[in-house]
Amino acid sequence: MFVGLDMGGTHTDAVLIAGGQVKRHCKTPTDPEDFLRTVTRTLDAVLEGVEGGQVERLNLSTTVCTNAIVTGRTSPIGLLLEPGPGLNPAALTCGQKNFILSGSIDHRGRPTSPLVKEEIKAADRELRQAGIRHLAIVGKFSPRNPEHELAIKDTLSPGYQFITTGHHLSGRLNFPRRVFTACLNSAVAATFSAFAGAIKTYTTARQWPFTPHVLKADGGTLSLEASLSLPVETILSGPSASIMGALALAPTTRDAIILDIGGTTTDIAFLADGVPLYEPRGINLAGYPTLVWALFSYSLGLGGDSCLRVKDGHLVIGPDRQGPALALGGPAATPTDALITMGRLDLGDKALASQGLTQLGSRLGMTAHELAHAILQQMAAAIVARVETLLAAINSQPVYTVREVLEGRQLRPRQVIAIGAPAPLLAPELEAVFGLPVLVPPLAGVANAIGAALSQPTTELTLLADTQQGFLTVPEEGLRERVPSGFSLDRARHRALELLQARLRRLAPAAAGAELEVVEEQSFNMVSGFYTTGKNIRVKVQVKPRVVPLDRQDAQGEAEGNV
Amino acid sequence: MYKAACRLGLVFFPAFDWAIDPTHPEREERLLYTQDQVLEEGILDIEGIREYRARRAAVQDVERVHICVPEVGARVTESHLIAAGGAIVAAEAVLKGEVDKAFAIVRPPGHHAMRIVHGARGFCNINMEAIMLEYIRRHYGPKRIAIVDTDCHHGDGSQDIYWHDKDSLYISLHQDGRTLYPGTGFLNEFGGPNAFGYNLNLPLPPETGEEGFLSALEHFILPVLADFKPDLVINSAGQDNHYTDPITNMRFSAQGYARLNDRLQPDIAVLEGGYSIEGALPYVNVGIILALAGVDYSGIREPDYSPEKVAQSQRVSDYIARLCDETYQAWEQRDTLRAEYIRGKKEISRRRRIYYDTEGLMETQEETTLICDHCGGLSWIDSRTDRGQHILAILIPRDACPRCQEEGHALFERSRTTDYPDGIYLQERVEDTLLKK
Repeated sequence: MFVGLDMGGTHTDAVLIAGGQVKRHCKTPTDPEDFLRTVTRTLDAVLEGVEGGQVERLNLSTTVCTNAIVTGRTSPIGLLLEPGPGLNPAALTCGQKNFILSGSIDHRGRPTSPLVKEEIKAADRELRQAGIRHLAIVGKFSPRNPEHELAIKDTLSPGYQFITTGHHLSGRLNFPRRVFTACLNSAVAATFSAFAGAIKTYTTARQWPFTPHVLKADGGTLSLEASLSLPVETILSGPSASIMGALALAPTTRDAIILDIGGTTTDIAFLADGVPLYEPRGINLAGYPTLVWALFSYSLGLGGDSCLRVKDGHLVIGPDRQGPALALGGPAATPTDALITMGRLDLGDKALASQGLTQLGSRLGMTAHELAHAILQQMAAAIVARVETLLAAINSQPVYTVREVLEGRQLRPRQVIAIGAPAPLLAPELEAVFGLPVLVPPLAGVANAIGAALSQPTTELTLLADTQQGFLTVPEEGLRERVPSGFSLDRARHRALELLQARLRRLAPAAAGAELEVVEEQSFNMVSGFYTTGKNIRVKVQVKPRVVPLDRQDAQGEAEGNV
Repeated sequence: MYKAACRLGLVFFPAFDWAIDPTHPEREERLLYTQDQVLEEGILDIEGIREYRARRAAVQDVERVHICVPEVGARVTESHLIAAGGAIVAAEAVLKGEVDKAFAIVRPPGHHAMRIVHGARGFCNINMEAIMLEYIRRHYGPKRIAIVDTDCHHGDGSQDIYWHDKDSLYISLHQDGRTLYPGTGFLNEFGGPNAFGYNLNLPLPPETGEEGFLSALEHFILPVLADFKPDLVINSAGQDNHYTDPITNMRFSAQGYARLNDRLQPDIAVLEGGYSIEGALPYVNVGIILALAGVDYSGIREPDYSPEKVAQSQRVSDYIARLCDETYQAWEQRDTLRAEYIRGKKEISRRRRIYYDTEGLMETQEETTLICDHCGGLSWIDSRTDRGQHILAILIPRDACPRCQEEGHALFERSRTTDYPDGIYLQERVEDTLLKK
């Protein structure tokens, strides 16, 4: 049996899946004061009466780190930067204590000026005096050569609680993002570690023989142990859980739009030939651009609980949520009240809903029913308009080869997959405005937890070989090894896949058989004067993110659990 | 985070799958390290900087500028069309008001490509800036445009294309043609009879340093631009004046290029040459981007930079000061000089030999231009190559007066293909067509 749990800001969903079928699902309110209790209570509910030995997998998607950032309960950070020449690093000093160190590495990974030991020692003294125990060490071009970051770390005194080195995070180039990612990683490490410890205690007490996994923003998972060094990867996993859930419920091989319509927001994602699109540079977390590899997801402030207002004679929906619907005792009318008024939803006090709509409608010269229709149409139109803007941007993303310009692959969605509680109720309006079939799979309300349960471990690697200098670098592994002058793209690809397999075996032993793929590969002749002096080879490989599609859901499992 | 004071559009098209040949300076690797530097500095995350996707220019966009022999398809590759299209995308972003400035970092370059194209010259087949500018004029109306060419080689192609065009001021700063390809670019190349003075060359001596370039900008280029009052300023941003460039002898730096662009403030910059792909391009391109976007560029520096590497001798300083004075005086007296030049003539002819270094082809041109006070004047070029090709090109300018337009058509009518076995071309810029018989 697989268990998946997705903790959102408002609700926490869990599912129990066995034999390709959702056997049970339940939804509980998230207690923002006690995430651990929220998790254990939800797990207890979904597992009631299930013998511990039957459970084979537990995947969690959590907001503990997000919440720690939002509420400012993160560890103070000491930031050691090696920016070298370039943009003014003052804009990147996001630590409580920041040190700009001498030294530089160039784009080919060659050290172009040395570190100064005394500067590092002085920073070390100041950090210890200030009692800062969480550090981030980031150098420009460190993925091309991690030796300076490692030397800085080695020069510090022992005893710091958590140190993030930039090269460990990603092989992608982007110094400012690396700085922010490293800072966030160290800042949430303590929070995440406490959470992971508690989960471990919970599973140990039940004698589950497997390691729980945590969801990442890229639609994959990471074992609890492995995620301790990369907690930043787990920060925004909610949208990805939903996307993977939609894929499990409604697998397709076509270009498609995925809408996750929730209470506060509608999250928009895309599939190209059935495969989710990624954020090209990494996601934004807590207002900072990061290198965290993530599925593309755009959050639009429009959901079932969006606040309705009349402004300058026009109806305005959202982007804020003031509380639940009027019918449920909320403070303001919402699209949910419109659904209740129209009779599409039987929830709460219908009279309260239609009173609110009548009142709002009187200012627009509409009856409650007319307004209810107008609300849903306007909501659908706003979603479609945003989808079109996003598609236009995606389809005009720059490409860098003649072949890609001429091919001009464009994303042209042929269907919409809508999940989230209001999805089935809004489907007719969406279908009308999109002019595309809108598929609302059964269990769409807990697609996020299903996605969590069925996601598989993923990881990626970047291999850079410079045969003129005679070595290859794999920043994520902190690896630098010699290569012969005849080293080729074929051999680089082979080595990258071999290292990825080893990394996967280490990070998630149970997933050793997963499918690996080459995401990017390039090989350039390097020429000096008029002679070829070597090859510059770049290979990026990853574990292909996937979910096992569910069997056809004829039965909807047992009744929804209530806690 | 960083924020741009000026909204900047970037078109980056490194053509990672195209080379002239595997070890040629114009090869796949050329912009690889520039891309690395741009990515690592997080340039694309700067608020106000927006990256655009290059597209392919149409054959008609090329024919508006060039007469390719026998036709466009025979003289260009897809990469040339995409580089030209990339420049057009950059310019359109500015003209539509989506950004304040734009920089097209595209390859291959184009400033050695002339009106008639028999092949490649100086790594160039078609002229990216000219194709971009004529596209702009066609779609966004007439404009006074100044092109400031800061490539180390004289942009003889751009000079040829705008030779008769008073609305396109071409200013080139380059290493003296007596010491570098293509061997042209002297003060006496002052423009055609109807645009005399609108082609300004400043042949700088070898070993010109940072100070020399910036003083030429302050004491010559900026005053000329203040007189000319262009609607648009274009920088043909060649980067081979850099002290590390393998095929030139100058001493300019990334910091210098950034300061030059900061002072010049071009509306659109288009990459030209520059073959120090590791030591110069990553830093020069980042410097130009920041200068155009109005972001602090003071920290941009090559790893091996030292003030000695960009210093120049007193002799060079004095020489440049005299050169600037002399050229500025000529500019000021351009109307008088023209009157002397055309006195009593109805038409003016010139005979030239043009060498296509890439294919080792020699072309001989005999060009005749009608003296005209109303337009750029009708021109026709009798062009032969040492491979035995012989064509006639008749060029009716964009702003042609009725007489020049009519005479052009009449010449096309009466010229016989028996005299010009490889074709008679009529580039009709008023109608925006290219006819061939």
